[in-house]
Amino acid sequence: MADTALTSATALEDADRRKAWGFVAPALLWTVAFFVVPFAFMAAMSLWKREGRDIVHAWNFDNYVRFFSENALFRGLVNSLEITVIVTVISVLLAYPLAWIIAERVPKRLQRMALILAILPFWTSYVVRSYSWLLVLSKNGVINQVFMSIGLISEPLELASTRTATVIGFVHFFVMLLTLTIYSNLIQLSPNYRRAAADLGANAFQTFWHVVLPLTLPGIMTGAFLTFVLCIGDYVTPQILGGNNELVLPQIIMLQLGRRADFPMAAALSIVLMLAVTVAYLACARWLKIERA
Amino acid sequence: MMQSVRDGARLRRFFSSTAAIAIAALSTVAAPAPVFAQEELNALVWCDHTDPALLEPFEKANDVKVNVKVYEGTGAGLSILDQSQPGDWDVLVIDGVDVHRAIDLDLLAEMPADALPTADIFPEVRMEANNTKDGKTYAVTEKFGYNTISYDKTKVDPKDMQDLSVIWSDKYKGRIALYDYYLPMIGLVGLGLGKKTADLSDADMPAIKEKLAAMRAVSKQVSDVVSSQTALATGEVDILVGGGEWITAVLSADKPSLDWTIPEQGAVRWAQSIGVMKDSTKQELALKFVQYIVSPEGQARLATSSCYWAMPANAKAGEHLTDQQKAALRFDQQAEYLKKTQLYPIPSAELDQQFQDAWTEMLQQ
Repeated sequence: MADTALTSATALEDADRRKAWGFVAPALLWTVAFFVVPFAFMAAMSLWKREGRDIVHAWNFDNYVRFFSENALFRGLVNSLEITVIVTVISVLLAYPLAWIIAERVPKRLQRMALILAILPFWTSYVVRSYSWLLVLSKNGVINQVFMSIGLISEPLELASTRTATVIGFVHFFVMLLTLTIYSNLIQLSPNYRRAAADLGANAFQTFWHVVLPLTLPGIMTGAFLTFVLCIGDYVTPQILGGNNELVLPQIIMLQLGRRADFPMAAALSIVLMLAVTVAYLACARWLKIERA
Repeated sequence: MMQSVRDGARLRRFFSSTAAIAIAALSTVAAPAPVFAQEELNALVWCDHTDPALLEPFEKANDVKVNVKVYEGTGAGLSILDQSQPGDWDVLVIDGVDVHRAIDLDLLAEMPADALPTADIFPEVRMEANNTKDGKTYAVTEKFGYNTISYDKTKVDPKDMQDLSVIWSDKYKGRIALYDYYLPMIGLVGLGLGKKTADLSDADMPAIKEKLAAMRAVSKQVSDVVSSQTALATGEVDILVGGGEWITAVLSADKPSLDWTIPEQGAVRWAQSIGVMKDSTKQELALKFVQYIVSPEGQARLATSSCYWAMPANAKAGEHLTDQQKAALRFDQQAEYLKKTQLYPIPSAELDQQFQDAWTEMLQQ
């Protein structure tokens, strides 16, 4: 009798295990087919080399050596990191108050509408939005015209085709993203935390600094990480708004492919880009873990 | 096969613009296919071949649907072919300087020379050295234009534009855009240095780098075709180095103040070719399409297609162009322009790498 029960339990466990694998398998296969295999191929290709018009399948680190030894290439990574950090910090600083106002000051029945308004620019094509910013920031654009008409400036500011223009284009996009992640965190926050802090004598700032901010850090960090990943890998915004006055890493990758089709070098640069993202992830993950502890 | 993927083309400027691709895609979608088309022809092309006004006459006359796919530079185009099955593609449009690369990869079929209107093509753009090999014709030049100087004639002195040294002089500092494609731009620098584009070599690199840095110092931006056009049209810059009729002609109606010229030192000429794919199972139909494209009517439509305008290779296309179109293209001045211009550099792979590195260095300055 006991043996029969044991056999039944084992059979059930096996069935559950098979079912679990059944559920996981599609996602696993998808990831292996469309991420692991292509990534492995890209990593392998980064160790090949283009000689003349041929790609030589001999393992070497020449592409990486070239990346770290040629200033014009390495500068691409530095530019990417600088712009990404600036964009992420500014976006967080702007998105947090916006999310806070929507979550805390806007009546519940209007919050959905406020959120829709906040993310309305998402509905426009990314490329169109970038070109629109180019027009807004140009010498004859709205900003310069307004500033000149009110006498704030006598000569148009050089806004378009600068790093500032790239940062503005990025921030416009990522503030929306961060607002969503921070808002979703804020509305989950029980008001009892703030009441408890008040009971213990904390003022509004102390409550925010010691209670609300730490509890909303997961939302901030999730949004900041997404911002970092999307920003550092973006080609369109720097290409349109930056005026090629400095190159970021994705632009340098495209440059390798456009005419010369130097896939090994492009693969090596892409691996470097992925490493930067991985480091950012590890930094965010570790930091969040510490805060949670 | 990866090693077979080779260098790309001047066309990067057109396709680096997502806007151009969007227009091309919309045009393709909007192009009505013959309702009962019996056959399909697959063409790997540049965006100017997606204009329904260009394709429809051929489709109707031959009861065929022409499927077009736009690609971005020869490197990308050859990658697409590398990933395709033999016979997937029937027609290929390719940068004139890259035809031999396609021939070497055994991609193009021989075309009967007498089936092409070679005698009607401007002699300077017949480019036999590029379009033929061992006496066999593999491609034919279909369109060409110039990488030179475009400018707003109400903002600059047109006389200054006659001297190529303006591109690195301080006179228009901060008012110049540089077209973002290193090959023609380095060709222009070479001309400014008194070098023929075909003679550029390693030894010229220090002087080229020096002039590139000087150009960078006086420029406002380095941009692709759409950003360059936008900058010229909005007054962000007054001069576009590397521009030409393909930048200003399409804007001629709305922005008559935009003009272009070929300086005394000359300018760089680009050309695109068309050929039949060797593995095509529709060789006859594909050849017919090529013949239509290089016919006077097809040439006029191609020259003024929606994506970008440029000179038709067939001199007889003028019969099908309006006076306004001919004026925008400077059709009647071609004899003089062709004499003053040189095909842009066709570097070895090693020199190409040096060109690209020099351009990257300049951009990061």
